[in-house]
Order: sequence, then structure tokens, then C-alpha cells
Amino acid sequence: MTSPTSEKAGGFAGLAEGDRVAAQLYTDPEIFDWEMEKIFYSTWVWVAHESEIPDAGSFKMSHIGLQPVIVNRDRKGNFNVLLNRCRHRGASVCEVPKGKANGFTCPYHSWSYSLEGNLRGIPYPDGYEGVTEKRDLPLQRLRVESYNGLIFASFKTDIEPLEDFLGDAKIWIDRFMKQGAGFPVKVQGEHKFRFNGNWKIQLENTTDGYHFPIVHRSWMASVDAETADMLSFMTDESAVTHALGNGHSVAIMVPEHVDLEEDDGTEELQERFRHIIDELSETMPQDQVRRIVRSMHGAGYNLNLFPNLSLSMSFFRVLRPISVNETEIQHMALGLDGGPESVNRERLRIHEHFQGPFGFGTSDDSEAWDRVQRGAVANPDMPILVNRGLGREVTVDEGWKTSHVTDETGMRESYAMWKRMMSDEN
Amino acid sequence: MKTETVEEVAAIDNRPAPVPFELGLGRLSEPLVGRAIELIWREAQLLDDKDYEAWQTLYMKDGKYVIPVDPDTEDFESSLNMVYDDARMRHMRVTRLVQGYSMSAVAAARTSRTISRFTVEEITENTVTLRSAQVLVGFKRDKFQMLGADLTHRIRFTGDDARIELKLIRLVNSDSAVNASGFLL
Ligand code: FES
Ligand SMILES: [Fe+2]
Repeated sequence: MTSPTSEKAGGFAGLAEGDRVAAQLYTDPEIFDWEMEKIFYSTWVWVAHESEIPDAGSFKMSHIGLQPVIVNRDRKGNFNVLLNRCRHRGASVCEVPKGKANGFTCPYHSWSYSLEGNLRGIPYPDGYEGVTEKRDLPLQRLRVESYNGLIFASFKTDIEPLEDFLGDAKIWIDRFMKQGAGFPVKVQGEHKFRFNGNWKIQLENTTDGYHFPIVHRSWMASVDAETADMLSFMTDESAVTHALGNGHSVAIMVPEHVDLEEDDGTEELQERFRHIIDELSETMPQDQVRRIVRSMHGAGYNLNLFPNLSLSMSFFRVLRPISVNETEIQHMALGLDGGPESVNRERLRIHEHFQGPFGFGTSDDSEAWDRVQRGAVANPDMPILVNRGLGREVTVDEGWKTSHVTDETGMRESYAMWKRMMSDEN
Repeated sequence: MKTETVEEVAAIDNRPAPVPFELGLGRLSEPLVGRAIELIWREAQLLDDKDYEAWQTLYMKDGKYVIPVDPDTEDFESSLNMVYDDARMRHMRVTRLVQGYSMSAVAAARTSRTISRFTVEEITENTVTLRSAQVLVGFKRDKFQMLGADLTHRIRFTGDDARIELKLIRLVNSDSAVNASGFLL
């Protein structure tokens, strides 16, 4: 790619000023191309959860930015992330969203590759004598590391270790996985939808507590009083957002559910789960029943991992940029691997109620995000404001900038990282 | 290997031989089937009119309205669906759609749907199960949207009354990206 045009002379840094960003960040296709290069192809990007590829040979198709990849588990139990592109003439070698395989055979001329990506076979090989060595033509392998079930990959070979990149977000990932209540967390289904807007509109939304009672008023009206009460964080001073560094942030909506292992016994279990409580109580001790039922709505917060994954209360929200003004979202419902069937079903029903294209919450979020994209083309020189709560932002002992959950601290953290990565010269 | 019949083709990889097609079943002309189709078309009209309160009355109290994600599943209870509504959820959904607080419902596309290609799955003394194809065209903010689906309706007849006991909507793109719409299928 060539250098940024004169319009952006001095790079992109001037477009993100901390508490405001230029609306061109949503609308300019050239900025989008550079974001793919400088962000998605330069950092750790989430590609799968380990539970999605449980066995040797399990694979799933995924994406990093615009590029298709295959994520698999090989016979040694290692994870591989391979570009889904045949080394011969470029055909995709896999078009099955997920499944099990011994390897991948290109349908065009039958070059075949192992799970590790090695080129194993070329049909009628005599034409390649003295021309090509199989060992020189594996599927392109990316750097892969995983943390607590989350698999990330990177195009950048000399990138910092994943754990360093996640930094203080690791504490929050660990707490999030406690919603398994002693069982491993597993993906138990996913919704996919697209909206006509830029990927950063969704990135901002994960830690936007401000929109919740307004956009989700109809959802709030449909749930029981206890659930509505649990999510009435607008005036709760202990509901805060922390900036965790490297673009990551966490918005705490239900402070009493930050660490699901901490239970002082005062919280009453929700009456809506009576059937589950009764069923589990037949075979389980009371403290374990409490542990499972208190985790039913997931962790009490949304953790935003820059640039594409959010651990959102009880589900994963994955964003995939399609173009400057189109984004695909996956909402992956989580359950307890090996846990009680009735609990997993209840979690599916809770997920369906809010999430997905016909969910009571997603459809309204999606409409709001479409509106941002439509409005932002009106004078893109007018900035987008992310300054809410700037005056009441403090730095807590952990070193995290902190403000109320309805404030825009998380967005400022994302844009600070955006600015850093986009101005990086290498 | 040369083959001359479909049975021989199926035998190559051990698939069962095809069931011969029965012509002239004539079941579409059975009175209950005619009434079921009329109800299905009436439902389609209410949905296009967004008259969700009237729509709701077409369902049995224990009726189900389901839009699965997995194109093959029959076990909706244990799978993630886009919609899995019993009477309670349906009621809440209708309230949400008509109340005016849901911005996606307020801004929903105008729709026109066609349901055709009816086939009879089952007729019992007081139920009729029909499969059909639905093509829906939506229009919103200068853009057309199209959704195709395979429908299954089970209609229960009680005396003169007919209600929907099950509506199963298998969108052709159910396991791919389905855009949020603000209207019902
Ligand atoms: S393009 Fe893959 S084998 Fe030819
Ligand atoms: Fe929202």
C-alpha cells in the first residue's frame, strides 16, 4: 500500500484526539484499508474458543480482518491457524464452516495439506520435477497463542507474547470464565448478523452503558422485575468502567457479580429460576446450586478486548469488518461443558430473549448503529464525541483510568490504542 | 461404472433407493387443507399489515413459533434459535413490537410476502401439517431486502375453530448472517 494521502498528511494521529474522533473514521474507505493493515494484520486477533474445536482434527473457518483462515486442533493437541488459500493458484481449501478433518484437499487440482498446513501431496507430480519442492509450499501459518480458552492469531511473527498484549485484561478474562461455576465454559450456538456501519461503532458499544435504558427500554419492560433491577446501574456509583491499557476496557453493570466465586449469602436467587433451583437441589448441595444460579446471567460486566472480541456478561461478541460501512457480528451463547442440561437450556433461552436478529435487544442496537453510519456522513469534519465523564475520571490503585459505567472511558481507551497503532511507522 | 437407473446411482455409495413419486394424491382439495391454507394466508396478511395483536390470536395457547439457527435440528429446546416462542414470549414480543419503544420496530421495513408451494405433510382427524415456501420482500430507506424460508405449519381444528399449533420457519440463510429486521416472519 502507498502512504496516506496528503489529506491525512502527518498520518492519522490528528483524527483521534482523546475525547473526540473524526467522523471520517467511520466513512473513509482509505482509513479502513489502513486499519486492516496496521491493526488487524499487526496485532493479536481472536479467532476461536477452544470448545469450538474440541478434538484432534476439529476445525472451524474464521477471519482476521478481511482474510479467511482455518483454525484447527492437530493430533498433538496444538492449535493451528492457516490462511485458507491454496499455494497453487489460490483457491480456498475449506468451505465447511466447522467440522472434523484429517487435512485439507484443494478441490481445484487436489493439492492436499495436513492439519499443520504442510503440503502432503501433488497429483501427477512429474510436471513439478526440478521446479517445486513440497516443503516450500505449506499453507501460510500464523502465530497462535491461547489464553484461558481464547485462541488468538497474528500475522506478525515478531509480535509481543499474547499474555503481554492482554495485560490487565487477563484478570477479567479469568473472572469471566468463572461463570462456568466449576465447569469449563463452552460455546453452545451462535447468532450472526450484519449491520450497515463501521466496525468501531460496535467496538464502542460494548462499554457504552449510557445507551442501555434508552435503546433497550422495550427489553427492560419485558423481563421480570429482578432482572430489570439487576441491570439498573444508571445511578449506581459502584458501577464503573476501567480502562485496562492496550485498548482493552471493562464496563461493570452488576458490581455484585464481578467475581462470581464471592458470595456473602445475602443475595436472593431470582424467582424466575425456581424450576432450576428445585431440580438441582434434588442432587446438589445448596452452595453449588447457588453458585450455578448466580452465574446464570454471566459475569457482571462487559470486557472489551481490542480489536475484535468482547466477553459480554454471558456471551462472546465477535466483530468482523466487512467494509468501511458493513460489519458482521457473532453472538456466541455460552454454557457449562458437562453441566446440567436444564441450566444450559435456560441460558439459551436468556440468550434468545436479548440476542440475535430477532432478539429483543440486538434488533434495536443494530438500528442504532445503522443510524450512526447514516448520520456520520453529514459533515464528516464534525467530530464524534467520546468525552462523557472526563471530568469525573480518576485513576484507581491498579493504575486504571476509571469512571462511571455510563461514561466513555472505555471508548477513549480504544481510540488511544487506535491512534497508537495507526501512527506506528512500522 | 455405467448406470441406467436412479436406483443404480444411489447404490454406488450405498444410499437408499428413492421413493417413487405418487401422482394425483389430491389431498390439497381436502376441506381441512383448504381451511388450513386460508389460515396461513390470513396470517401472512396480518404480518404484512403489522397487526401483531390480531396475529397473536391465531395461535393455540400452547402453540410454538420457532425460527431455528441450525438448518437440520428438530431439537429446538436444546439448540440456539433466533426465535423460540411459547405464548408468554409471543405475548411479550407483540407488546414490544406495538408499544412504540423499540426503535427497530418503529423503523421496520414495509413487507410483502408470498407463501406457496404447499405440500401436505400429514392429515389427522383434527390436525393438518403443511409445508410451504415463503418469499418476503421488504423495503426500508431506499433498499429492498429479500428473505426466503421453508415453512411448516401445524393447524389444529376444534369444531369450527382453527388455530396454529406450530409454525416453523427455516430461513434459507438461517446459519449465516441474518440481518435484524424489526418485523416478524
Ligand atoms: S488451486 Fe489448489 S490445487 Fe490448484
Ligand atoms: Fe445495546
